[in-house]
Amino acid sequence: MSAVLVLDRVTKRHGDGRTVVDALVNISLSVKPGELVAVMGPSGSGKSTLLSLSGGLDTPSEGRVTIGDIDLGSRSISQLAAMRRRSVGFVFQDFNLVPGLSAIENVSLPMELDRVSLKSARSQAADALELVGLSDLAKRFPEELSGGEQQRVAIARAVVGERQLLLADEPTGALDTVTGENVMRLLRRSCDERKVATIIVTHNPTHAAWADRIVFLRDGHIVDQTAPTGPDVLLAERC
Amino acid sequence: MLFKHGVLALLDGEDRHGYDIKAAFQERTGGVWTVNVGQVYATLSRLERDGLVAEVDGASDDRRVYRITDSGRAQLTDWYTSPTGGEAPARDELALKVLLAIAADGIDVSNVIQSQRRARLEQLQGYTRQKAVADPVTDMAWTLLLDVFVLKAEAELRWLDLCEARLRHRDQELVK
Repeated sequence: MSAVLVLDRVTKRHGDGRTVVDALVNISLSVKPGELVAVMGPSGSGKSTLLSLSGGLDTPSEGRVTIGDIDLGSRSISQLAAMRRRSVGFVFQDFNLVPGLSAIENVSLPMELDRVSLKSARSQAADALELVGLSDLAKRFPEELSGGEQQRVAIARAVVGERQLLLADEPTGALDTVTGENVMRLLRRSCDERKVATIIVTHNPTHAAWADRIVFLRDGHIVDQTAPTGPDVLLAERC
Repeated sequence: MLFKHGVLALLDGEDRHGYDIKAAFQERTGGVWTVNVGQVYATLSRLERDGLVAEVDGASDDRRVYRITDSGRAQLTDWYTSPTGGEAPARDELALKVLLAIAADGIDVSNVIQSQRRARLEQLQGYTRQKAVADPVTDMAWTLLLDVFVLKAEAELRWLDLCEARLRHRDQELVK
């Protein structure tokens, strides 16, 4: 199965001369359809930079980033923006919903911006809201939703339509334990059912454990990762 | 936990024979801890000797049925209402390993921390896969047990993060 996202020997440098800082160094990473990868590491280790480069929000100093069969380095800024709207969903800690739009309008917005017909956009938005269990609240505005519900709307917006790649930066950071776990269950489900390739940046090991693979960053380097599918925990006595 | 408290808990409110106690114990505790029937009857014998349970006369079949006594119920109440785990912490091998690695020449403590972190996270991934398929309503005992294992693993992982952060801070201070 070919990868949705490939980072091939990617380096990101900030500044120049004596003030140069390597945010990421020679990173190679690929994510397959339906794979959930968690990225962990201390503050300043390069996690957010990795996410920005993966979504085409920033460009590498060296190396290549590919989404599907598109080499992001070969695209203009406007082409990149269009590619992001169609192929990449983003989820942030603070939800980033548009306050004046209802849940379904928030979810269909990226498609409407991409000139998908209103009828089709709303229909696909309704499907995405169903995935996150919010069909009944489609007409509510963000201020009428709890934090967990707002994050579920944000996830619906991130996976609506034909999105292949979902990038989430601390998506559970503002949520309580049970709500955060439900968000992780949802991300897991979107990977399993829609085959969305997902990268989540998190400090929370309990949430990272929902991933197929956990990658550890330190000082811009990938220093370690868990086995793609580790051995199932043996609670041998369980009948 | 002493298994005798589990037996007393199961007899509180319902007379039971040994096989019944074995099955109920496993069912109520998520099936993680098994007991054999011999262990159950040995425990019942000790409890009977100590006056905490008594055999019920005239049981309908061949198996011996037991009932909790007033003394047994008092001891059970005492167990439920006494905090668990207040004793001094046992020697912690991981803590010792990290502390000794920090002071050792030629040992990269960050590798010690990372190998532990990876192993514990892989274990946590395993628990989480089991949580993903458990129904938290119909299989609540099992879900709560998984929560305990998850939170204990998380505590260790957070301690490892803290070790790393303190080591970084120390190194920065020493450079000044």
